[in-house]
Parts: sequence; structure tokens; C-alpha cells
Amino acid sequence: MGALIDESLLQATLATALAHGGDFAEVFAEDRAVTTARLDDGRVEELVSGRERGVGIRVVRGETTGFAHTADVTEAGLAAAAESAAAAVRGAPGGTRIVELARRSSPPPSTIRDLPESVPKAAKAELLERADDAARAESDAITQVSASYSDGRRRILVANSDGLIAEDDQVRTRFSVNCVASADTGMQTGMEAPGRSIGFELFDEITPEGVAEVAARRALTGLRARPAPSGTMPVVLKRGAGGVLFHEACGHGLEADLVGRDASVFAGRVGERVASPLVTLVDDGTYAREWGTYAIDDEGAPAQRNVLIDAGVLTDYLWDLVRARKEGRRSSGNGRRETYRHLPMVRMTNTYILPGQDDPDEIIRQTPYGLYCVALGGGQVNTATGDFVFGITEAYMIENGEITEPVRAAQLIGNGPEALRAVDAIGSDFDTWAGTCGKNGQGVPVSAGQPTLRVAELTVGGTAGG
Amino acid sequence: MGEDADLAALTRAVAGSARVGEQIEAYALRSAETDIAVWNGDVESLAVSEVHGFGVRVIINGATGYAWAGSLLPDVVDDTLEEARDNATFGAADEFAGLVDPDDFDGFEPPDLDLWREELAAVPVADKVALALDVDRATRAADPRVRGAESAEYSDAATQAAVANSLGVEASVRRCVASVSVSALAGDRDATQTGHGFSVGRAPGDLDPEAAAHDAATRATRLLGATQPESRRLPVILDPLVSRSILGLVGAALNGEAVAKGRSMFVGREGEIVAAPMVTLVDDPTVPDAFGATTHDAEGVPVRRNELVVDGRLVGFLHNAYSARRAGRPTTAAAVRGGYKSPPGVGARALHLLPGRRSQEEIIAAIDDAFYVQSVSGLHSGTNPVSGDFSVGAEGLHVRDGAFAEPVREVTIASTLPRILLDLVEIGDDLTWLPGSAAGLTLVIGEMQMSGC
Repeated sequence: MGALIDESLLQATLATALAHGGDFAEVFAEDRAVTTARLDDGRVEELVSGRERGVGIRVVRGETTGFAHTADVTEAGLAAAAESAAAAVRGAPGGTRIVELARRSSPPPSTIRDLPESVPKAAKAELLERADDAARAESDAITQVSASYSDGRRRILVANSDGLIAEDDQVRTRFSVNCVASADTGMQTGMEAPGRSIGFELFDEITPEGVAEVAARRALTGLRARPAPSGTMPVVLKRGAGGVLFHEACGHGLEADLVGRDASVFAGRVGERVASPLVTLVDDGTYAREWGTYAIDDEGAPAQRNVLIDAGVLTDYLWDLVRARKEGRRSSGNGRRETYRHLPMVRMTNTYILPGQDDPDEIIRQTPYGLYCVALGGGQVNTATGDFVFGITEAYMIENGEITEPVRAAQLIGNGPEALRAVDAIGSDFDTWAGTCGKNGQGVPVSAGQPTLRVAELTVGGTAGG
Repeated sequence: MGEDADLAALTRAVAGSARVGEQIEAYALRSAETDIAVWNGDVESLAVSEVHGFGVRVIINGATGYAWAGSLLPDVVDDTLEEARDNATFGAADEFAGLVDPDDFDGFEPPDLDLWREELAAVPVADKVALALDVDRATRAADPRVRGAESAEYSDAATQAAVANSLGVEASVRRCVASVSVSALAGDRDATQTGHGFSVGRAPGDLDPEAAAHDAATRATRLLGATQPESRRLPVILDPLVSRSILGLVGAALNGEAVAKGRSMFVGREGEIVAAPMVTLVDDPTVPDAFGATTHDAEGVPVRRNELVVDGRLVGFLHNAYSARRAGRPTTAAAVRGGYKSPPGVGARALHLLPGRRSQEEIIAAIDDAFYVQSVSGLHSGTNPVSGDFSVGAEGLHVRDGAFAEPVREVTIASTLPRILLDLVEIGDDLTWLPGSAAGLTLVIGEMQMSGC
């Protein structure tokens, strides 16, 4: 595959974008191909493939960003989009400005062995039936199985009026299984969906059978679960599962756009202690093979490993280009967009808590009563108040230091700064979890991770009254 | 955006290229959109754009393939069709697979709906910017305790779509939507509360930025000083915005395909009492004011009013052509698409409960002790239309002796979706059409578990 757009056309487009004035202009080109194969109800329902190619152009003038996009990547199409973006900021005539483009390369964080297009579709579809067989073999109580395989290759190119030109080739592969288990007590669901920023070699490290077994067991566990408790208690989060808590409890609140709008409880608190000294929080877009990884962000800035909270002290926020320029600093490599049709904004990549010293089993043994969360189903936060929720999809009671009965799905609620201060044990283990993060209607792949850890007090929203 | 393809002609031509033994359904979409964000009196971003999309479903010997592209260019459309044909060779045969046939909806006429506003395209961008600036300014001016507005937004979309299949079904739908929205930030940074407000219509002239600002400011300021109460069981009053979301979840469980596949809490419950006797639940996309109003569903079938629950009894499910054939019923014209990137599924568009007799004020005046839920969070992580589990984050106000009392935050409310429907004790008269697939109205649930400290 050749270059998305040649350099002379990029230069001409940037010149058109700045012809009526403006402080900054950018051309973002994207070529994305995705394949999804879905199985449901015992058969491969369909294979879906999609292709999307286009360019988003923005012009920044003062406080205002003008944006336009086009799927027509010809000279005429790009000129029209550049004119629209420029018209949106309506500057005074700016004259001619020629931008010299200097190519910048960032090392690929992951090596891709098997590109999606090199793998026959039949090999992708075949994985699904293996998952179906394995899930149903777990128990006769597994009454429905759906599975999906998906891959995507996304090539991007960014050129801007600072002279930057950079490209990236991002490959992601994911496999998910969703099971329904049924009994006299009703129906329960279980899901597992690992994903990595690699190609088909994902299946060297996971098997459809392994994913299916986890999903099936999760649904079966639900059948014997009792109602979740109601009220505040210590909560132990198994490694990997709880990363989403920190994504919600503080990750979003550290995004510089929300901080800049005074819509974060963490605004103005750099240098202050905001968490237990046990907590060191990192956002790392360079983390090889992780779901939220890339070489450059969607503004051309290289991905970085950013320490956000160091031993409980807030050290920095996450930055995109526009916010960083305003503050006279560099982007932290966190400017992301869902597609070329979207404006970039500050987003997380792979956000995790560093492991500590405690033996994970000992953390449970040292908990007289509480909740042990093994799988979570996503969450939500109001960054301005700091209140966040996340759903548990597999959890157990801890009684007298022992894991006892499973409990039904429920929501947990807490306040970001309070929850961070209440972390009172951090294990020496570690794992990550892949998900999609939504913000202002844009979804991007992210991962979250943590060691097994305990929060001394969170509110568990079950139905079992005290 | 060079192309100016006639969407109907394009989809007809693709559908018409079906070979012997092949069924083809083509879908094409063009949407002109404006999105403006304002912060603190300044335009933060302004995007004017046109989205093009194409999707095609091919069924060969009962096996389905689908492909899509973000373009309507002829060579892209041709490639996409070939890709869908190839994809169909990997699907497993399904005896119920097949496109909708004109005979499947013989006698149904599309409702006479006027969802298009020619004037939307003629409104100058500057006027749209002014609306976003208005809602921002009005929010910040609404109350001295409001310290800012977190991103005030204006957006609109004029969307045209066409679908055609090789059995002779053809339909075109077009609609305009315009909205302003804002989140107010109230109080000190250490004790911030937020409130959302919006106004939705089909063109800028329908919008009321002052009302949106007033709602946002009221909702934020009335939560100031909120605390976390102790856990207990109590009656719960749901704001129309909240009941709208919960009805949407109920609608997901009324999806005939989910039911056929054993993935709904309503499996095997048809004909049974599933809700309190005052509950009659209808999906009616023919209502002009409904956000999801349309003339045809995503497969090109004229829509109609579908009763789902009548006087508490479950009387039917929603169906597209596939789920209908599987259930041995006619389609209810409930095919929906999440855009052009996937084949049609099944879903509600304009779900609503038949309203009761009393206003929200009258209902609250008669209640001694309850939790009025203003907004919920974590709907997708805490609810499950298969198991029926329901647990969400909530904030709102205590109701004591017939009036709003102290504000409440950082709690969850929990029950199960089947229990909530059975525990409904009153439905308000305030039917409100809101963005999404359902209308809201004030609901009173006899008892839920509130978890706090």
C-alpha cells in the first residue's frame, strides 16, 4: 500500500487551509479496513467487512477550531474541505504560507506478524465454531452462545503547519464470547473479550476455547449467585478487572480539556497528594501489544509513557495538541479521534496502577468482610463531581478472609478522590483489560490495568438490604 | 464532496444487479451535519460536514454476507457489493434468512410525516453559532451559584437514506434534527454539582436555548449540598429523563430476535402479566413528535403502531423480516440500523407508556417519603435485559411530606427490570418525547433498594 496522500498535495492543502489566516492547520488522513465475523445461535451468522477512507482538516485561529472532512481524497476534494475548515474560523486574509514538511518517524510499539488481510476469511470464521462448541461443552445449562472475531487495520497520516508529517499503521484483533446460562432461578450472562494491538498471532496466546470457557463459567457462576449486598464495605479488585475503576475514578478527570473547562475535581491540584501513597498511576501509549497502544496519536505526536500520579502525588494531566499549545507545552501524545470525521480530543491509552508489595492472597485473608470483584462491565464518571460508577459482572463475598459465595451483578459507586485515598493494599501481581472508552460520542480502544488491590470503602449497590 | 448521487437510484441499481439465486439489499445514506461547541463565550470548535455511507447485504442459499464503505463513489459501491458476495460464502445457511418481500406488508401505507425542513440548509452558520452562544450565556447567567457551563453545544443533521432490495422493496426516508445542549456547573470546586439541559427540534427555529439553560441551571443548583444517605428500601420517583432510559432497556428485551434466541427476560412470557395493571406500552413511530418517528423501517417496510404490553399483559414482540419469519408472524416494521456499518437488527423507535392522570406536582404532593431520581449513571454496566438485573448510580432529591427536600448523591438504586414493571404504582400525565427510542414520563415505583452509606 502506498502513501495515503503525497507530500505536495499535503502542502497545497495546508496552504489552502491557512489562506484566510489561522494559527495552525492540520491534515489527518485515514484508511481503515475492518472485518467482523459473528456467530450466534449455533451458526456463523455473517461476515461483515468495511472500508473507510478520508481526510479531516482543521484550522485553529485564536480560541476557535474550524473542522471539515471529506471522503473525496482528490486534489479538488481536499481543497474544498480545506476551504470549509478555513471558512469556519473566518479569519482576515492571511496571504500565502508554504509549510515545509519534515517527516518524523516513531518506532512501532508492537511488531505485527500476521496482517489481517493475509489471513483467509475462512480461518477467522472457523474460530467461532470452536468457541461455540467449547462454551456448550461446559454445561447443559449454557443455552445460548454468541461469539465474534474482529480485526482492523488503520493507517493514518498527519501533516500540520508546524512542518510535521508522520504516519502510523495500527492493527488490532479481538475475540469475544457471550454466553447465556439458564436454570430455574432465571437467566444469567457471561462475557469475555480479550483484544490486543497485534494481528492474527493473537491466537498464539489465546484460544477460542479458553475465551469461551471463561465466558461460560461466568454465566454459570451467575446462576448460583445470591443478591449482591447493599451499602459501603471494603472492595478487593482482582488484578486486571479493576483497572476500569481508575480509568473512571481519576483517568478522565486528568484529561486536560476537562481540567481546562473547570470540569474536573482534579483541576489546580498538580503537586498535591490526591491518592494513597500506594498509588502510582501511569498512562502508557507505548505499552507493546496493549489494546490502547499506537506509535503516534491522531495529531502526529509520539505515544508516551506518562506518570500521572506518583506515590499519591498528582504530577501531570493528559494533553492533546490544542490544550498543550495554549499552555506553551508539548502534547503528551494523548490526542485521539474515532475516525477522520471527528475532531481529536484528550483521551487515555493504556491506564494502569503499578504493582506494589502485598501478596494478593494475603490481601483477601486480611479482609474480614467485603466484596471480591473478578470481572467488571464498564463504568461512567461525572468528572466535575468526581462521582463514578462501575458494574461488576463476576464478584464474590469475602467473609473472615475467605472468598465465599458469588453475588449477582450490581453497580458500585464512589467518589474519585475519596476512592484514591482509600486504597489501602496493593498486590505484587498485574493484569490488563481491553475496552472501548466513550467520550462526547467518540469511542476509542483503551486498556486499563492494576494489581490486586483493596479500596477500604466503596458503596455496593445490590438489592440485599442490611 | 464531489458526488451528488441519487440515493434511491443507486440502491435500486445495486439491488437490481442480483444474480439468480441471490438476494441483495442496498442501503445508502447522506447526512449534512453541523456541530458547534462553545465554552465561556468563545466558539471552541465548528465543524460543517457531509457524511456518506453505503451498506449491502447479500443472501445466497440462506447464508448472509455484509459489507460497507464510507463513500458513495461508484467504484467503491461496486467493490463493496463484491466484498459482501464473498462474505456470504462464509456464513452458515439459515432457513429463516431472507429479505422482506412486498407481500409481507401488503395493505400497510406509510404514515404521512413531515420530518424534513428545507430551511435547515438555508440557516446561516452564524445563526447556529448564535444559538450555541445563547445557551452558554443564558446558563452562566441563570443563577449566581452557576460558576460555568461545561461546553454548550449546537448540532444539527439533515439525513437522507434509501433502501432497496431485489424483491422489489424500495423506500426513502429523510429527516432533520437540530438541538442545543449544555451542562451547568454549580457551586465551589470542592462541592460541585452538575445539571444537563437541552432543547430538540427539527430546525433551529424550534429550539429554546433559554429553556435548556434554565433546566441545566435548576438541575445543578438543586443538588448543591447533596450528601450520601444511609442505605434503605423506599419508594422511588423517576424523572421523565430517567424513565425514558429504563423504558429503552425494556424495549431491548421486547426484541423478537433476542426472544427467539433465548436472550431476553421475556422469553416464554407472551400472554402473561408482566407489569402493573395500569401499564400499556406501545411502540409508535408514526407519532410526529417522537424523536424516532419515521415513515419506513430500516428494511423499507411502512411503520405502524405496535402494542407490546396492554393493561400489564405482554401481548407481542417487535420483529423485523428475519425474526418475524422465525416466529411465524408478520414483520412489525421494527427493523433498525445503527448506521450503514451493520445489517438491520430489531428495535423500538418510539416506545411510550400510555400516560396517567396526574401531573408530577400532584404526584409528589401526595407522597410522604420517596427518592426522586433526577439522573442515573452506568445504565449499560449495571443493567441486563437478559437476567433483568438492574443497579445504577443515581442522584436527585428526597421527597418528604409532599415536597422536594434535601439533595442526594452517590447512591445506587437497585431492583430487577421485571420487578420494576410490577412495582409501578403510578404513571404521570407528562408524556415527553426525548432523544432516544422512548418517551419519558414521571413514574412512581413502590419500592427499590437505595444503597448509600
